[in-house]
Amino acid sequence: MSDALTQMIFGRLTLEALPLHEPIVVGAFVGTAVIGLALIGLVTKYRLWGYLWTEWFTTVDHKKIGIMYMILGIVMLLRGFSDAIMMRLQQAMAFGNEGYLDAHHYDQIFTAHGVIMIFFVAMPFVTGLMNYVVPLQIGARDVSFPFLNNFSFWMTTAGAMLIMASLFVGEFAKTGWLAMAPLSGIDYSPDVGVDYYIWALQIAGVGTLLSGVNLIATIVKMRAPGMSLMKMPVFTWSALVTNVLIVAAFPVLTAVLAFLSLDRYVGTNFFTNVLGGNPMMYVNMIWIWGHPEVYILILPAFGVFSEVVSTFSGKRLFGYTSMIYALIVICILAYLVWLHHFFTMGSGASVNSFFGITTMIISIPTGAKIFNWLFTMYKGRIRYELPMMWAVAFMLTFTVGGMTGVLLAVPPADFVLHNSLFLVAHFHNVIIGGVLFGMFAGINYWWPKAFGFKLDRKWGLVSFWSWVIGFWVAFTPLYILGLMGVTRRLRTFDDPSLQIWFVIAGIGAAIIAVGIAAFLIQIGVSILNRDKLRDETGDPWGGRTLEWATSSPPPAYNFAFTPVVHDLDAWHDIKARGGKVPAEGYLDIHMPRNTGAGVILAGLSAASGFGLIWHIWWLAGAGLLGVIGYAIWHSFDYDRDYHIPASEVAATERARLALAEA
Amino acid sequence: MLNRPRALALRFATFAAAPLALGGCDMVVMNPAGDVARQQADLILWSTGLMLLIIVPVIVLTAVFAWRYRATNEEAEYKPDWDHSTGLELIIWSAPLLIIIALGALTWVATHTLDPYRPIGRIAAGKPLPATQRPLEVQVVSLDWKWLFIYPEQGVASVNELVLPVDRQVRFRLSSSSVMNTFYVPAMAGMIYTMPGMETKLHAVLNKPGDFEGMSAHYSGAGFSKMKFRTHAVDQVGFDQWIARAKAAPARLDAATYLKLEQPSEDVKPMHFARVEQGIFGRIVNLCVAPGQPCMTESMHGGGHSGLPQPTNNIVRPRTEAAFQRAPGEDAASPRTDAEGKGASAPARTGSGQRVDREAPVKGN
Repeated sequence: MSDALTQMIFGRLTLEALPLHEPIVVGAFVGTAVIGLALIGLVTKYRLWGYLWTEWFTTVDHKKIGIMYMILGIVMLLRGFSDAIMMRLQQAMAFGNEGYLDAHHYDQIFTAHGVIMIFFVAMPFVTGLMNYVVPLQIGARDVSFPFLNNFSFWMTTAGAMLIMASLFVGEFAKTGWLAMAPLSGIDYSPDVGVDYYIWALQIAGVGTLLSGVNLIATIVKMRAPGMSLMKMPVFTWSALVTNVLIVAAFPVLTAVLAFLSLDRYVGTNFFTNVLGGNPMMYVNMIWIWGHPEVYILILPAFGVFSEVVSTFSGKRLFGYTSMIYALIVICILAYLVWLHHFFTMGSGASVNSFFGITTMIISIPTGAKIFNWLFTMYKGRIRYELPMMWAVAFMLTFTVGGMTGVLLAVPPADFVLHNSLFLVAHFHNVIIGGVLFGMFAGINYWWPKAFGFKLDRKWGLVSFWSWVIGFWVAFTPLYILGLMGVTRRLRTFDDPSLQIWFVIAGIGAAIIAVGIAAFLIQIGVSILNRDKLRDETGDPWGGRTLEWATSSPPPAYNFAFTPVVHDLDAWHDIKARGGKVPAEGYLDIHMPRNTGAGVILAGLSAASGFGLIWHIWWLAGAGLLGVIGYAIWHSFDYDRDYHIPASEVAATERARLALAEA
Repeated sequence: MLNRPRALALRFATFAAAPLALGGCDMVVMNPAGDVARQQADLILWSTGLMLLIIVPVIVLTAVFAWRYRATNEEAEYKPDWDHSTGLELIIWSAPLLIIIALGALTWVATHTLDPYRPIGRIAAGKPLPATQRPLEVQVVSLDWKWLFIYPEQGVASVNELVLPVDRQVRFRLSSSSVMNTFYVPAMAGMIYTMPGMETKLHAVLNKPGDFEGMSAHYSGAGFSKMKFRTHAVDQVGFDQWIARAKAAPARLDAATYLKLEQPSEDVKPMHFARVEQGIFGRIVNLCVAPGQPCMTESMHGGGHSGLPQPTNNIVRPRTEAAFQRAPGEDAASPRTDAEGKGASAPARTGSGQRVDREAPVKGN
């Protein structure tokens, strides 16, 4: 075959792109391949492909999609955490020597760690919880656009798969997680890494944006009768605000990455050093998305804690109205603070002060929320089940992270702390201590709803204590190192007196590893002991909101009868008035039909993205045409719904009521 | 401004200071050698103290409530429907508000006082700026993976070595040759970005003689970890001697030398240049050092007047061809991907542990 033909077929993809000469990457590949083959083998052996395809991959059920998001988050957490461990090891070793990673690898690892943890761990967790819980909390049968939900999930997964592909085919970006221009421009990063970054995020971003639209429509249009906005559960409120943030912020990310890709593909000059390009514009735009993004992550966690604290304190949430206004104020202010990420880029003192002070103002509603949880606990009867333990750990940990955050909002203080390990410690303090603790609280809280049995307490405690202790052991040294003038993303060090702190941080990371392992064991042990942990009431915690009104796991249609809401804690209210679920008068239920279109569209998008990354133009074009063509074809598919007959509903419901009463 | 009540702030912040005292490690940020960084450290203590006014009660209350209202404690009161108290809400919202008003006022004042673009107001606490003292100007350029310091008045330049006289205000003018970096000497003052095609400014002073670390704090590519320089604070005599030594160096900094120096290199030993071509910093800022390269400020009408940094990058310069501009099969030739100058579109890999070019591209002193 001639070179030109090879080039046309494979673009710039050559055998050299496979990192066969790099033992660590080959090891990772072999490990992944072995696990992957084992999984495929097991699935084939037990003839599960059909089941997986019809029941899961093609599902439009918000509950199953929510669970798939959580699985995606857990899998990617393992990848992102492996990167973290490799960095900690390198930084603990490389004093006066090169350590075990060269710049080429180390720089990819810290970039991948950030990108994966934010986009493919935290975001799927948050979206997954919202997907699962919101329709149940508002008494709906599904989200507004069930197929769109499936499509969103697969687009997110396609992005994750492109990132995983970069580990074994070619390389990932060496730019830091925000790919700042001009470093990410073609002048300074001509290889495929930044292209992987761009297309993984663009494809996943479509999913995130559409899922935001979907959840807003669901919350606005599909609430049970009687559930006015100010009777909506706080988690649903936080989901509404979060999705408003998503819909307003993610297009900015799409735009900035589109400009960057135009610079790289067609030679425009949006962010270049020359010809009128302006790298500062990249910095501004990426943070106009980036700052709301941190609230997109933390607000759902706040929602989880509101539910958990109220349920386990056995009390109504203190200051519901002020909680809601706090959420809205945070939502608006989230757009007025982005410049605090670059006080040190030479803005004037008045501009810096403005953005510093608006940032501080955010701490007022946030502080109010902490106080409200505090006064929900006050005069309560607090049951220390696992979710509540995570909530208390959050309140103690997050407060410190909030304080260091306000400190960083003081521009002159930021001048000495910016880009330091103090900053790194701060955002891990709020993201682990806030978002991740929130997700673990949420997983432990809603697991019995999703699967009908509780999670094992013993392993849950091991995981909890390992995470909490591990977090402090890993990140306190980073705060200290930051005050010693040590900055981030360094691969090697000279001053041997710093080493001890990095060693301690590494030990902390190892303790966190125990926490992650214990979490996986907790799930495994719980599945094995599911009969002992079984909950047949559907309401194992004495819940207050509507998701606890139905069975665990809920039937495909969630509620046989749409509940009518009279009070804020609707389910608590129904229980208090001795309300009974009717056992007569079932009707046929109209349901959306499963479809493989989401998988196919996302697959075509990923193929198109892969073609763009490797300059395989025929593949890029074919993938794009395929997406458009298939979407049009699918829009003519009118066979999209079915009815569950009343008799089947009656049978399901009666079996469930009998179990609950037994 | 912030010095007299420092003792108070310190007392305020004993809680915060406790971890700082851990192991007696060298907290250069909290115990710097320059007055600007000193004031920034004081501000950290003050802000932390102010915030602890609310953080400590929250943490204590969390612990107390979490313990007192545990389900097994039958003695504690239980009011399941108590969910509102206007008085408490007022306190909840106003207490943080008051603290933020105080902190906001402090921020406004301190941000303006410590604005890096503004000449410093004093040499040190209780030591006013001498009326006759002119600031020493140092022009700083971050290159691929080293620092260039130009002393225009003295007519010398150095790489990876910054020498400053003690107790004299220094006015840094900063820019970058290729990507963004951050100029940071923790012992002296907070950091400021260096950006290609743009100029930033920083005013600072060092009050104690000594040898301090300087670095780039913003990731800038493969050689970033070793992009460090030593900062020597010396007395006037020492400074004059250093200038004299630099003047005796064989190399001079002109356009040709700069273009060679600009090429990527890592872990570069200090170099000195005896003479500096007139106006080279301005051309570096305008990315027009190469011969025949028109400078934007010269061609722009009314150009050349100083003031706010202007977008001066509206210039034509050869750049890497974008994907669609290349002939099929043509590799992207980048001027810079790593210190070996590898710019292949196939992954430019340096095998594990392989050392990159440690030799400086220009022979200096």
